[in-house]
Amino acid sequence: MTLPAEFAPQSFVLLRLGERRFAIAATQVAELVAPSRIFRFPNRTPKLEGVVLRRGRIIPVCDVAESLLGRSLASRRFYLIAVRQYANQKEWVALPVTGDCELIIAEMTPASENDAPHVAGWISHNGEVIEALNLGALTPGEQAVQLHRAPANSAEATP
Amino acid sequence: MRAASQPAKPAASRTEQIILFRVSGQLFGISSASVQEVRSVDSLAGVSSDINQPTIRKVRQVLHRGDKSLYVVNTAIHFGLPVSSAGLVFVLRKTRTALLVDAMERMATMTRLQALPLAYCHEERRWYRGLTALDQAVLPVVDAQGFLTEEEFSLLDASFAAQNASEDSATDSTELPQ
Repeated sequence: MTLPAEFAPQSFVLLRLGERRFAIAATQVAELVAPSRIFRFPNRTPKLEGVVLRRGRIIPVCDVAESLLGRSLASRRFYLIAVRQYANQKEWVALPVTGDCELIIAEMTPASENDAPHVAGWISHNGEVIEALNLGALTPGEQAVQLHRAPANSAEATP
Repeated sequence: MRAASQPAKPAASRTEQIILFRVSGQLFGISSASVQEVRSVDSLAGVSSDINQPTIRKVRQVLHRGDKSLYVVNTAIHFGLPVSSAGLVFVLRKTRTALLVDAMERMATMTRLQALPLAYCHEERRWYRGLTALDQAVLPVVDAQGFLTEEEFSLLDASFAAQNASEDSATDSTELPQ
């Protein structure tokens, strides 16, 4: 007997925000890094704190705690660098987290219509039911894809 | 006898000169090719007039250059920064815009301009050409065309024309005989 694809075990990264834990599909995680200097500049997009420079890449920092916990994080230990899909383009986004992350294998129950848009599904781990996050709904950017079919991620400066 | 072939020269890397400037403590970059002239704010006296378009608070002056009128944008208000005392005016090329900025920091050579991450999805996409890393810091590179929209130009043009017309009619009027 074979299980439907959505119930097949998958790898997830568990991240901690305050007292709560959330999961992101491991395929959407690039790395976990120590916090570095944030460069801020004027913008009108909520949730974005600025950008960090990581091995030559400029990565936006998105505080998702406000949406998930209802408050910003008082402290942060790491940035979880996640891969965000924008239509046919992928970009990295740094999510501040407050504790160590853990790689687990679990079966995900897909979200129902009653769940919030940021919930991709639910997993059970060590007796705890954990939200698996839908980064597309949790981090901003859909308007950019729709309105500005953007150029390539980076471009050489033109004289 | 054939001359020995010359070794191919490496392709020159494409770079761009940018001017780093400050507004309310925030550092920005702008292509030096976009800036026609840098002048002191004091030099605006006598070559500018006031304009009052209530819906566009960031423009309060019009700079007159020959038969052209350039709208002077308060860059701090444009970016939503605390209003600071501007010291310089950047007159931009290929747009009827001039910018009030606090100070010019220095010139720099930009070797790579990264598109603004797609997570930034509001007005800033119009404001910036992208981001660049200089000396281990990241700064936004402004788009010279991104300070005023076509709609804002139309509103300002209409206000300016109405203002001129009322001034002309005031000048043309003569006192009625007693």
